[in-house]
Amino acid sequence: MAVGFEQEQSVTPDDFIKGVWKQNPVFVQVLGMCPVLAVTNTAINALAMGLATAFVLLMSNIVVSTIRNVVPKQVRIVTFILVIATFVTIVDYAIQAVSLDLHKALGAFISLIVVNCLILGRAEAFASQNSVARSALDALGMGVGFTLALLCLGGVREILGAGSLFNVRLFGESYQEWVVMMLPPGGFFTLAGWLLLINWYQQRKSRLQEAKESTL
Amino acid sequence: MKQGLKTLTIRSSPHIGAVSSVDTIMFNVVLAMLPVCLFSIYAFGLSAVLVLITAVVSCVLTEHLLCRINGIPTTVGDWSAAITGILLGLTLPPGLPLWMVAAGGVIGIGGSKFLFGGLGCNAFNPALIGRAVLQAAFPAAMTSWMRQTQGRFQSLPSSTLTVPFTKPVYVDGVSAATPLSAWKFEEKATSTPDLLMGLTTGSTGETCAILIIIGGVYLVARKMMSWQIPVSILGTVAIFCTILHLIDPSRYAGPMFHMFSGGLMLGAVFMATDMVGSPITHRGCVVYGVLIGFLTVLIRVWGGMPDGVMYAILIGNAASPHIDHWIQPKVYGSAVKGVPS
Amino acid sequence: MTNDSTDAGPAKIYGVVLSVGLVCALAIVTVDEITKPIIRNNRIAMRQRAILEVLPGASTSKAFQIDETTGELKPEPTDSEAAGLVFAGYDDNDELIGLAIETQGMGYADIIRILYGYSFDKQAVIGTSVLESRETPGLGDQIEKNANFLANFESLDVSLNAEKSEVANPIEFVKPGEKTEAWQIDGITGATISSRAITKMLSESTGRWIPKLHPHQADFATREKEAP
Repeated sequence: MAVGFEQEQSVTPDDFIKGVWKQNPVFVQVLGMCPVLAVTNTAINALAMGLATAFVLLMSNIVVSTIRNVVPKQVRIVTFILVIATFVTIVDYAIQAVSLDLHKALGAFISLIVVNCLILGRAEAFASQNSVARSALDALGMGVGFTLALLCLGGVREILGAGSLFNVRLFGESYQEWVVMMLPPGGFFTLAGWLLLINWYQQRKSRLQEAKESTL
Repeated sequence: MKQGLKTLTIRSSPHIGAVSSVDTIMFNVVLAMLPVCLFSIYAFGLSAVLVLITAVVSCVLTEHLLCRINGIPTTVGDWSAAITGILLGLTLPPGLPLWMVAAGGVIGIGGSKFLFGGLGCNAFNPALIGRAVLQAAFPAAMTSWMRQTQGRFQSLPSSTLTVPFTKPVYVDGVSAATPLSAWKFEEKATSTPDLLMGLTTGSTGETCAILIIIGGVYLVARKMMSWQIPVSILGTVAIFCTILHLIDPSRYAGPMFHMFSGGLMLGAVFMATDMVGSPITHRGCVVYGVLIGFLTVLIRVWGGMPDGVMYAILIGNAASPHIDHWIQPKVYGSAVKGVPS
Repeated sequence: MTNDSTDAGPAKIYGVVLSVGLVCALAIVTVDEITKPIIRNNRIAMRQRAILEVLPGASTSKAFQIDETTGELKPEPTDSEAAGLVFAGYDDNDELIGLAIETQGMGYADIIRILYGYSFDKQAVIGTSVLESRETPGLGDQIEKNANFLANFESLDVSLNAEKSEVANPIEFVKPGEKTEAWQIDGITGATISSRAITKMLSESTGRWIPKLHPHQADFATREKEAP
């Protein structure tokens, strides 16, 4: 892509929307599966993880986009990773300062945000080629999409596995918890269920669209 | 399809070139399991009846409804869903809440069979998947074993009719340790005749080893089951356990105990032999059986759980396509190994 | 692409990477400096909560370190994070409630760390708190929730023998519902391994520390008043 060309593309709402729905990092691109499966056992953990990732994504996209014309392309990955790792460390400290319990629940997965391919992917594929405003919007969309997806998983797993949502009990004392949903297999089951649902919806939509086009 | 036009119907495995079709085999399997079912009802009374009926109904209903939703002709008539139901019922503890039994059936048929494309396309034994999910989801209920009590035909255990999605309540003294957990956690052995005759606690259908063997012999005699699988599983367990027993008899139970306790007999005869999940060649079946037998003992002796047959068979199911890949029959007329033709 | 000049000289490459690295390092150091005291306070507060939990009635605590060879007692600042600390808990009138001691051992899934409270007056364990555990939810984590199991630690006898050299009756594990003696722990159905692990940890730790710590009752009781 030519350098002069990128500036001509103006900021569109689509930069934001695509990350939330059409290119949702979890449900469509299936990226960053490690935190998606590991720390979505409760809605709070999922939300914290989603927000932490979204923050790192936003900040690193902004910085990467700002310095995109200065960084020689031979060392761009190194530079991007440096930037991402910095923000991950900052988030790590911040969460420890806010709540040690939360930090314990998320465990090593905060540090592992640095290897979430979603973040490096957005830096390399989008931020390094687009203006700061568009990159920020792109990161916001992807971050929101990621957080929403994690919440979808965490919500289902917490409701089934603990009978509560955001630590609020939904059912009576005698509710039988589905223990497996809190364990790693539960992450796979729930993700599979959501993917099934979304793919079924997409296929149905495209079938209807085809039918409509053929009648026209 | 046009009338009178002979077409090749593509059917799922088993591909046995005989008169027997899927439904006749399946019907005979049901027949072979009948004595085991009857004994389980004799041993555990009304609760076993309800567990078995609930499991069968939920499996058949799930299959039927999923077929209807997808607009394809229902496949309930091939008996396979009913067999899954019976097997599921036989592997569950007799006092298990009926809503959990039903959930197991829905998960087994819906999650592990139908989603993968129906009979012949499922990689794993659906009954065992149903049980494995239940085991992981409700570990406490799945390890509460009812005794064979006097009043089993008059009353139900308090846990059976638990309201869906609530915790079962167990009355003290009704449950007891199974032979395997008694051995693992309390170092108590159970006598072999008791194991053979089914005078122990356990899943509804796993207690009476003799009736399971009779059912297996019947199927083998009618050539509807390969004898290689159960024989290699039981043989491996026997040899492995004998070696361990000779090393330290106080720590490792003898081969008779391991062969006739827990779900091994039921698993080896009725579950591991499921044609969909097992290898095609006889040699493959032997490898598959040895693997399952070995894993069973490994889990029982060194694992955290008393019994490991379920996981051993599921791992065996996962391995069987690879076994088929490695052990391919030599094509007639092809070159001898290492010599180019 | 990021930069069209395909032949960026080595000077530029080094320059860019170094300066980005420098800025990043500065940012991390700054954040670390800001958050360090907060994180430390969080850790101490968490520990304090656990100490007061295992010593019912206590409202303040003080840290001590014991030299295992000489048996000598050394006061430590309350916010010390040195290893092998023992904490003495006091009520509102500065009366000694007991000691909080940390121990750990292998559970079913991973190492379990617990803190337990020891009362000089009762010569018994009077409370436990699980600091860290990754036991299976629904089964192993019953060690933190099961009321029957936790009732074991309301008064678990660890009195010393006549010579005061060792615990008279080491803590023992029994099957659920079979507890007959004050030094036995009733296990949990479905969490045999985890509850056994807790028993083993407690048994080892009390066997090792109680004989050493018990003679110091007066030291723990008075030191607080000397240094209010």
